[in-house]
Amino acid sequence: MVWNWIPRNAGMILGLLGQHVLLSLIPVVVGLVFAVPLGWLANRSTGMRAVLVPAAGLLYTIPSLALFILLPGLLGTRILDPVNIVVALSIYTIALLVRSIADALAAVPSMVVAAATAMGFRVGRRFLSVELPLAVPVLIAGLRVATVSNISLVSVGALIGVGGLGGLFTDGFQRDFPTEIITGIVLIVALALVADGLLLGLGRLVTPWARAGERSRA
Amino acid sequence: MNLVTQVVAWLSDPAHWSGPGGIPTRLVEHLFYSGLALLLALVVALPLGMVVGHTGRGGFVLVGAANGLRALPELGLLILLVILMGIGLLPVTIALAVLAVPAMLAGTYAGVRNVDRSVIDAARGMGMRGPQVLVKVELPNALPLILGGVRGATLQVIATTAVAAYVSFGGFGRYLIDGLRQQDYPQMAAGAILVAALALLVEGVLALVQRAVVSPGLRSGGGARRSPTADAVRSEPEAVPTAPTSPAPHLAGADR
Repeated sequence: MVWNWIPRNAGMILGLLGQHVLLSLIPVVVGLVFAVPLGWLANRSTGMRAVLVPAAGLLYTIPSLALFILLPGLLGTRILDPVNIVVALSIYTIALLVRSIADALAAVPSMVVAAATAMGFRVGRRFLSVELPLAVPVLIAGLRVATVSNISLVSVGALIGVGGLGGLFTDGFQRDFPTEIITGIVLIVALALVADGLLLGLGRLVTPWARAGERSRA
Repeated sequence: MNLVTQVVAWLSDPAHWSGPGGIPTRLVEHLFYSGLALLLALVVALPLGMVVGHTGRGGFVLVGAANGLRALPELGLLILLVILMGIGLLPVTIALAVLAVPAMLAGTYAGVRNVDRSVIDAARGMGMRGPQVLVKVELPNALPLILGGVRGATLQVIATTAVAAYVSFGGFGRYLIDGLRQQDYPQMAAGAILVAALALLVEGVLALVQRAVVSPGLRSGGGARRSPTADAVRSEPEAVPTAPTSPAPHLAGADR
């Protein structure tokens, strides 16, 4: 390790870190926005489920590098456009979340749904204020997986020139310089752990009833 | 449309189907690297996950370590090992195997750990010892989750083998990396399609394998709606010869 390389290049590293955070977290938000209605649809009818869940699985199967390269051809973007990475990772996030949201919604006890209906909740409001909150724990679990895998996958984008901290890998390889690569790995793993911890905390914060249940049982 | 025809033209060019850089050779290379790494990962993950799942000791550490490994960036690990060990089969195989281990380990551990306690008690009541319980009862019951882990790991390794072309390795990734360097988008797109097709194909084959080797009594979704007897009657002809008299299916069936 050439330790003083790190402070000498702090500016560059921080810039890449910022790019990495944006490239990996924007897709999580985009994916969530698309996956909730799709998951709702998949839970509404078995027909939709039979289409959406296998389709999501199929999309998730496509290797990241292949998707990064195919998207410019499909979207008409330039190959070095960061949009390719964002779209690809959004697709993975949607693919991952649709299934877990559909499963989580299916697991909401029918008594609860019936009770909400009896209290006069219409479909839309019942979904937003009863079913979705009860699906939050599963949703958060899916988001954690998606976030950690996005943070790791962004670096593959470095092969096509847009990869946040992954740029340290390609640059370090060309210069035969392990310090740069190790710095990249450590920062990416640290970023993933921090994001994972934050989502875990967020999940606890928005489901206070889960903890109340634990306490009253104990 | 122009692009599509270019990619189709690339894929149907006979020159791309023979020789050391041809699609068949690249396919064999891709499968060889992936297979070697998966074998190595399986040898490490399967026994470890089985023992920890069986004894229950160290489960917390194992799950934590497996999750931590998941965050490891594949490209970084691959390049680091190649720089430290030199370009060769060993660093690439190790890097790919390290990526495959977490999914396999988590699947094996969770599978063995989550076997119904009453099934294990029944096995012990029948006079089975620890290792027998593990091999004859816990393992067959854990098979769906173990294979789920293997499937996840396989997809990840096939995807990452494409990345290995960056450190001058063969496989379909060559088309992606060479195409990028030569600014030859049709070649890159064709390579990407080949990698994606391979991943989908392998996933399909593994899904079939899973159907064939998992005991019919354990099929998820199948038993939940049908009556246990109908399920048993329906699935008997499908029973695989590899595990004819395993006690697990009956025990699992009795549970429902």
